[in-house]
Amino acid sequence: MAVKNIMIVGVGGQGTLLTSRILGGLTIAAGYDVKLSEVHGMAQRGGSVVTFVRYGDKVAEPIVEEGQADVIIAFERLEALRYAHFLKKDGALVVNDWRIDPMPVVIGNAQYPEHILEDLAKDYKVYKVDATEESRKLGNPKVFNLIVLGVAAQHMDFTKEQWYEVIGKTVPPKTIEINKKAFDVGYNLR
Amino acid sequence: MADKVIMLGNEAIARGAYEAGVKVSSAYPGTPSTEISEYLVQYRDDVYEEWAPNEKVATEVAVGASLSGARAMACMKHVGLNVAADPLYSVSYMGVNGGLVIVVADDPGLYSSQNEQDTRMVARAAQIPVIEPSDSAEAKDFFKAAFELSEQFDRPFIFRTTTRLAHSQGLVELQERMVPEDKPYEKNIQKNVMMPGNAKLRHVEIEKRNLELAEAANTLPINRVEMNDTKIGVITSGIPYQYVKEAMPEASVLKLGMVNPLPRKMIEDFASKVETLYIVEELDPVIEEQVKSWGIRCIGKEILTVQGEYSANMLRKAILKEDPDIKEPAAAPGRPPILCPGCPHRSVFYTLNRLKMHAAGDIGCYTLGAVAPLSVIDTTMCMGSSISTLHGMEKAKGKEYIRNWVAVIGDSTFMHTGVNSLMNMVYNKATGTVIILDNSTTGMTGHQDHAATGKTLQGDPTYAISIPGICKAMGIKNVYEINAFDLPLLEKTIKEEVAKDEISVIITKTPCVLLDKRKKPLYTAHADKCKKCGACMKPGCPAMTKNPDGTVRIDDTMCTGCGLCKDLCKFDAIELVREGE
Repeated sequence: MAVKNIMIVGVGGQGTLLTSRILGGLTIAAGYDVKLSEVHGMAQRGGSVVTFVRYGDKVAEPIVEEGQADVIIAFERLEALRYAHFLKKDGALVVNDWRIDPMPVVIGNAQYPEHILEDLAKDYKVYKVDATEESRKLGNPKVFNLIVLGVAAQHMDFTKEQWYEVIGKTVPPKTIEINKKAFDVGYNLR
Repeated sequence: MADKVIMLGNEAIARGAYEAGVKVSSAYPGTPSTEISEYLVQYRDDVYEEWAPNEKVATEVAVGASLSGARAMACMKHVGLNVAADPLYSVSYMGVNGGLVIVVADDPGLYSSQNEQDTRMVARAAQIPVIEPSDSAEAKDFFKAAFELSEQFDRPFIFRTTTRLAHSQGLVELQERMVPEDKPYEKNIQKNVMMPGNAKLRHVEIEKRNLELAEAANTLPINRVEMNDTKIGVITSGIPYQYVKEAMPEASVLKLGMVNPLPRKMIEDFASKVETLYIVEELDPVIEEQVKSWGIRCIGKEILTVQGEYSANMLRKAILKEDPDIKEPAAAPGRPPILCPGCPHRSVFYTLNRLKMHAAGDIGCYTLGAVAPLSVIDTTMCMGSSISTLHGMEKAKGKEYIRNWVAVIGDSTFMHTGVNSLMNMVYNKATGTVIILDNSTTGMTGHQDHAATGKTLQGDPTYAISIPGICKAMGIKNVYEINAFDLPLLEKTIKEEVAKDEISVIITKTPCVLLDKRKKPLYTAHADKCKKCGACMKPGCPAMTKNPDGTVRIDDTMCTGCGLCKDLCKFDAIELVREGE
């Protein structure tokens, strides 16, 4: 199979590493060659973070480059805007409809762009989800990233059972059920 | 076939250490090398490992273990190797007994570093051989090969990685641990006591050994030729090899696993078979300059940068002259890293900012005290430098000049090399004020213990060296421990101490907010009481934003309940809505 390219983008602290671990476990269980690339250290402190996941018969470089992503999973609107140009033609941009002001905006040195999703929809296939709100309904705001991942799963070639299995193996045992529920919310969203 | 598992580059190195039969590992945390030591903990029954206070100590510990006959390693980031330069240059003369490998992680692109230096340059200067892997599988296998070669050629080795290698995951095939017999210890002062008469002879010996190794490099399996179309030939190593394979799968490639010394015959032979030869290496032209010095025509830094990371698209443009159809990135405000919500450093910097103080800064999360809105730190250079920089200013300009200056340094950085600088201040009659931001951990690299935390690398209880005790033992009279969130006391103490004609140390002792996993308190802002004065926004807490009408809102997913905003609100508009555990 030709190599598939997935990106997870968000703000440091939003759980991009957990999401990439799930994707890593999923693709390796399916028998693919897999490479992931993550960001640690200084950049994690509330900064813009990006994780690359690549899988297929044979993967060389561990990063996804501009114009090559099949799916971008964005946990925040501004980060969706920042990395949208990494999408390939017809790629899917899955966005959590959530705003976190970066420090230049907080202190009034920059404006948070208005209408990000509307503007992105002119050039890209945008699938938005209010995962933060949906996760509150589930009673645990921390599982919002599984909801976003559930939406992204609609654009990837794995069965629900495959997803369930890897979620069960990756998240802390006490949180398996709530994480599966959260995944379902996203997976069933149309 | 053995099971394949997915591993971070750093995790694969730890596995390689285990499989190679390493007995001792010593390290100081530094992105992107830290996780090697953290993954090594799982093999604690077989491998002894520790956090050392700095990289010089770590390297010397590894040298000692090697001398005694065991396989040993030290881990650090590129700038850590500068701290370890003293033992490095001399152990190069001594050679090894048990295999000795120093893992050094470079940071092209500066994800978490103060410079972009190339370890291969340091290694060449110290005449140390260097091995460099291209993915997780090689990270494990080459690490084992490094120990074999170290013992075979009696040379310490550097195992060089980069951020992209260290923090990428790939598939790795696990093997059993091989435990070689410890080499017998033999007293040999000609080899191991580096006084002039001995060192002079050792210099002759290691020049000889390096020539032998360079000759052997021509047939080492970790150096390999992938002959394809001969129009383009590329010499490369490490992660750039992957970009070459991605961008030009048809090209012929000489992939180097050992990047110092170079296999000259192999390179000359490869060069003679290809039409145009390119050298693809991130950072400095280390391979290129040597190849050119042999009279071989090749293209490298004429078309490729010495800065940052490479990519396949970069090679497509520079070498293949292709123009990949890439959209311009959208205009989006930047999102630089910031201090976390509830970080105890924030209230210290807020207070220093209020008092219009300048700070000589240091290496750690608190370097972020340099940026708006806190804007307190004026200089940051290297580990431990804050204290000595402040001292130099005082000696140049007099004690009145530094009345509105302090040095700020973290607890781990203080134990690393700050302590030496403080000795210098005491000895040379300084009057400056040093603030030790003691959050009881090495924060920036992801919470590693150190000599003052009371826990070992494995998390076992041990002696906690007292930081105030060290300061008092040096003879400093003015030593204070203060809660970082006690704003009135903090302000009063800083004002009093900078005015004194004596050296002072203020230790703000409050644990890193991320260390405490219990449920945190939560505050909320009442728009009806908010007078839009902006006082609570001044410390720049990322959990706080302004509503369109100018009132303040607290993000309940981010607030950790430190209460700094509440303390700054004069109108009772901020209220505790949930107690912490």
